[in-house]
Amino acid sequence: MRLLSLLRVIVMGERNASRVVPPTGFTVGLTLFSAAAMAFLAVFALALSLATGRLADRWADALARTATVRISAPPGQMQAQTDAVMAVLATTPGIADARVLDEAEQRALLAPWLGPDVPVGDLPLPQLIEITEDAQGYDPENLRLRLSAEAPGAVLDDHTRWRRPLVRAADRLRLLGVVSIALIGLTTAAMITLSANAALAANARVIRVLRLVGARDSYIARAFVRRFTGRAFQGAAAGTFLGMAGVALLPEADSAGSFLTGLGFQGAGWLWPLLIPPLAAIVAFWATRAAAFRTLRGVT
Amino acid sequence: MIDLDKVAHDYGGGALLSDITLRLEPGSFHFLTGPSGAGKTTFLKLCYAELVPTAGTVRLFGRDLREMRRDDVANTRRRIGVVHQDCQFLDHLTIAENVALPLAVSDRDPGAQADNLSELLDWVGLSAQARARPPELSGGERQRAALARAVMMDPEIVLADEPTGNVDWEMSLRLLQLLVELNRMGKSIVIATHDLNLIRAAKAQIAARVLRIKDRHLQLAGADL
Repeated sequence: MRLLSLLRVIVMGERNASRVVPPTGFTVGLTLFSAAAMAFLAVFALALSLATGRLADRWADALARTATVRISAPPGQMQAQTDAVMAVLATTPGIADARVLDEAEQRALLAPWLGPDVPVGDLPLPQLIEITEDAQGYDPENLRLRLSAEAPGAVLDDHTRWRRPLVRAADRLRLLGVVSIALIGLTTAAMITLSANAALAANARVIRVLRLVGARDSYIARAFVRRFTGRAFQGAAAGTFLGMAGVALLPEADSAGSFLTGLGFQGAGWLWPLLIPPLAAIVAFWATRAAAFRTLRGVT
Repeated sequence: MIDLDKVAHDYGGGALLSDITLRLEPGSFHFLTGPSGAGKTTFLKLCYAELVPTAGTVRLFGRDLREMRRDDVANTRRRIGVVHQDCQFLDHLTIAENVALPLAVSDRDPGAQADNLSELLDWVGLSAQARARPPELSGGERQRAALARAVMMDPEIVLADEPTGNVDWEMSLRLLQLLVELNRMGKSIVIATHDLNLIRAAKAQIAARVLRIKDRHLQLAGADL
């Protein structure tokens, strides 16, 4: 029943309410503006949340599917231990590929710290082996045990140390986006409550007369709820449209630098912002209803 | 219909009404008189549940006012027509919309009683002013519109608070005539007024009881009226 009532409110707007409650310009304008502004911000918060979600998934996925075996051994034993590790990896279920990094790749890895011309071959560097796991994945603890038995100088680094803080950071960003949306919702409710309270106060005499001629609280509340729900929906629809246009006009991911890469909506993600106007209407419905009944309790 | 039993009321600064006991029977006609500030309006407010007595019991159609929920109060008010001294119109609505307001806020089918509205406006002589706004009407016209609104829901009792307070004698008699007609239709009428000439004019036509509020108490007025 509540949903039907809400739909009727959104569709019919204030057609019935305006019969008994006179329009009060500034509260209507305030509701329209605040709903539009909050919806506009909500679109960007939603875009940020979705983008960081994708980023977290990508980082987690990319780092989780690779690992490194580092072999630290005397020069005379290095090749033997490398062969032993490769043999272990070749028989380990869940590993799609294992590859010994050559000298050029090791030099490239060290270049940011030691410069490009370092003679890597003269340094006592560990040998690195890059592992790519398949979709099934491997058991890291089991692999560590086998490596320690076959190649005492081999250490498995499954990137957990790196992955966790990165994924945690991305998850925090996603959470921030969700919290922002929740705060926007609460702020919308607060602003609509203030507007509704102002309208209720401005129409105190109308409310009194309606009560005197036999109107129930639900009838009077409905008159205000209709108006504010309709206005919130209309304002949020406008704000959402502008916000989506703004996101659509953001620079392309390829040309915008790494930080902005992927910010925006992708595919079916464009449907998410369309939930904002009905959600704003629901927020307005309950905020105005609560404000109206609170006010009516003070009227005989 | 409406029973007041040892009712008292004060607004926090001492009792305005005290030990009021009265039963308003169906079809009765009462005048309530007394000087300004005596408590006539407070008495009427107790009768239509705008005030709750500070002592005693008010029963509206058999139900204790204190035990009524807010929706019960709203439903009860649809059975009581009230003509306020200041009419209590919504100025942004037309006279027709104001008169039909009790119907608009009720659960009843507006179409079923649409004819009532034109009949009522015709009865109070305001058909031509149906589309006017309340501020455009004279005092007498506003009072007649208020009376039409009071009887829109076909109430069992009509309470009128100084209905002739702002109109000339000719209009006072016209309003009185409308109230007498309602009484002859079986409705109970209570008129709060300090206009003794109006009371005398009414007593020439109908058997009306005259009550007086004096020193916070309700008395039956004597032959001096």
